[in-house]
Amino acid sequence: MSTGEYVPHAPGYVDSPGTKMVTSRFGYEDSYTLERSLATGGYEGLKAALAQAPDACHGITRDATVLGRGGAGFPAGIKWGFCPAEVWPRYLVVNGDESEPGTYKDRLLMERDPHQLIEGCLIACYAIGLSQCFLYVRGEMAIAQQRLADALNEAYEAGYIGKNILGTDFSVDIILHWGAGAYIVGEETALIESLEGNRGMPRLKPPFFPAAVGLYGQPTIVNNVETLANLPWLMVNGADAYKEHGSETSPGTRMFAVSGHVKRPGVYEVEQGITTYEDLIYGDDYCQGIRDGHELKMFIPGGGSAPWLFPEHVSLPLEARPVGAAGTMLGSGAIVIMDDSTDAVKACLRVVRFFARESCGKCAPCREGTSWEEKILQRILDGNGRPEDIDLLLDVADNISPGPYPVASDESQGLEAVPFPPRQTTICPLGPSSVAPITSAIRRFRHEFDAKISGVPVEVGS
Amino acid sequence: MSRLTDANVALAREMIARYPRPKSALIPLLHLAQEQEGWVSDDAMAHLAELVGVTAAEVRGTCTFYEMFKLHPVGTYMVNVCTNISCQLLGGEELLHHAEEALGIRPGGTTEDGLFTLEDVECIAACTEAPCMQVNYRYGLRLSTDDFDQIIADLRAGRHPQGLVTANPGEPIPSHGTLGLTRQQTGESKMAGVLPPEQVNEAPVWLNANATEDAS
Ligand SMILES: Cc1cc2nc3c(=O)[nH]c(=O)nc-3n(C[C@H](O)[C@H](O)[C@H](O)COP(=O)(O)O)c2cc1C
Ligand code: SF4
Ligand code: FES
Repeated sequence: MSTGEYVPHAPGYVDSPGTKMVTSRFGYEDSYTLERSLATGGYEGLKAALAQAPDACHGITRDATVLGRGGAGFPAGIKWGFCPAEVWPRYLVVNGDESEPGTYKDRLLMERDPHQLIEGCLIACYAIGLSQCFLYVRGEMAIAQQRLADALNEAYEAGYIGKNILGTDFSVDIILHWGAGAYIVGEETALIESLEGNRGMPRLKPPFFPAAVGLYGQPTIVNNVETLANLPWLMVNGADAYKEHGSETSPGTRMFAVSGHVKRPGVYEVEQGITTYEDLIYGDDYCQGIRDGHELKMFIPGGGSAPWLFPEHVSLPLEARPVGAAGTMLGSGAIVIMDDSTDAVKACLRVVRFFARESCGKCAPCREGTSWEEKILQRILDGNGRPEDIDLLLDVADNISPGPYPVASDESQGLEAVPFPPRQTTICPLGPSSVAPITSAIRRFRHEFDAKISGVPVEVGS
Repeated sequence: MSRLTDANVALAREMIARYPRPKSALIPLLHLAQEQEGWVSDDAMAHLAELVGVTAAEVRGTCTFYEMFKLHPVGTYMVNVCTNISCQLLGGEELLHHAEEALGIRPGGTTEDGLFTLEDVECIAACTEAPCMQVNYRYGLRLSTDDFDQIIADLRAGRHPQGLVTANPGEPIPSHGTLGLTRQQTGESKMAGVLPPEQVNEAPVWLNANATEDAS
């Protein structure tokens, strides 16, 4: 039985068994070249799309239910339909800003198979009449930028991008753009502000969708790298074939990065819905269990913004709806495993500190609240906590994200799950995301907080 | 304290031409300034303001929002150690402490010889390869303290550090400010064409020209 292997030139990626829709070329060392891409079916999806009417390509994407892979899980085909009918031009902005704690997949897709992403962009532009595409790559990803620059140069030269693509009347430009270090720029309206050359602060809603009012006030589709990377496979194989994989409400595959205290941390492309957290964490083909001598204590199921789950939740399928109903989210496909050696207060502080550092400062509850949360948690961890600090933390949290907070069920205490998403007093979900680790940790490990505050040591892991 | 060189002005003009509005090129242009000088000076910001047609204050406004832009000189090598959650679980903070001792500086500081600046950074999208860091945005993965020392020793000695991942084997680690070693080179002759949004009022031709007859 194959249990997959690490692929040395794609650090962290494991070629686990099963259908590969977006990582099929990762095994080739030169997977990023046009030559290798063309030798392995590259740009066939574009040709299949160009052989049909644009509407038909939009229809296939809608029928296949390609859920967004950037975090919110919104179906791409439906989002594309939100562009107002007679407003031109329309733009495509590719979200390659990957910076959610624990998330590692878009960088691999950009570094290892840039042509697949370019092809996905072309298909989206063709389907709904987007006349220019901006590939916004996170600033810190120098190698992804280099590979995409090389791939764009090759693809322009070969006539896959630019004027009259492959001899048709389809013409589009793809522009490589890169950021300069700011997590908040991953939020789609902040991404657009940044692409306009401004400070990367989210826009006030409404309008809720950039598809209506986006870049330069024009209809703009913002899609995640992995979402777009699905399109070539989809166009070649069709919506029915796509839906044969995964589950009914979450078809296809997804890339998951499993990090932390497992024996074989890695990035795995698996079918959604029919695979569970348990399969990924304990399966021979995947992470092969918690490191020796330890047990699972808790895990982050979908990136730093996601409320935590616990050992009794591992049987949940990797599917947006049940995970949402359990009080958290599949998010960006980032699973962080923490074993019984982990200090819950310390882990909580680290995630909260991230949000405090990355708050853009546009709205008061987040700007003031996240650093206040950090300060309180830091003094608790340092042994200087005050008896009222837990209530204070929850009160600050309540001002950023009024309760009830999304939380997983806690069967040991007879507590039900409160479903995701959270409520917010803020302009964007960053502030409320800081509440997720706090309520998760306090609800489950209050005794660890109490012990630090009272000064009576507690055995971590009890 | 310099403006862009003539060669970089030509490059800047080429980059600006790829956007429907010039200001959109600002972040890549700030990177270009940082590539030339290693940091972003007032003169460079003033020059960029001229090139994209905004005020120097607007350029500064954008520049200061983003962590990668440095408003004062920094080391030749920016050493960014990740301490976010996945790395913390596997020794990211210990790696940072080791880096502080080995380099004799705190996060934000620069070694006296001007070679290294240390930073304590958030998740750099290599979480399964914890603990990790970037040196001038090239990754060092699953690092032990010995690995760290070797990378620093290699850089000090001008050797290629095997411990860092580059796009091609043996490729040099450029000094701070340079990101990718290649650029998009799409010339105007190859491009479909870029227009400001107000000059486009119709659906693109491939969609179905007839469908837009009654637009406007
Ligand atoms: C604070 C914040 C950060 C985000 N960061 C990212 C990101 O790095 N990459 C991404 O694709 N989406 C990110 N998103 C989600 C985007 O706003 C947007 O929903 C997504 O890019 C849409 O693409 P999709 O529909 O293909 O998933 C973020 C959202 C928020 C609120
Ligand atoms: S919630 Fe935080 S990050 Fe979002 S707009 Fe407000 S201050 Fe900025
Ligand atoms: S947490 Fe360190 S790279 Fe993601």
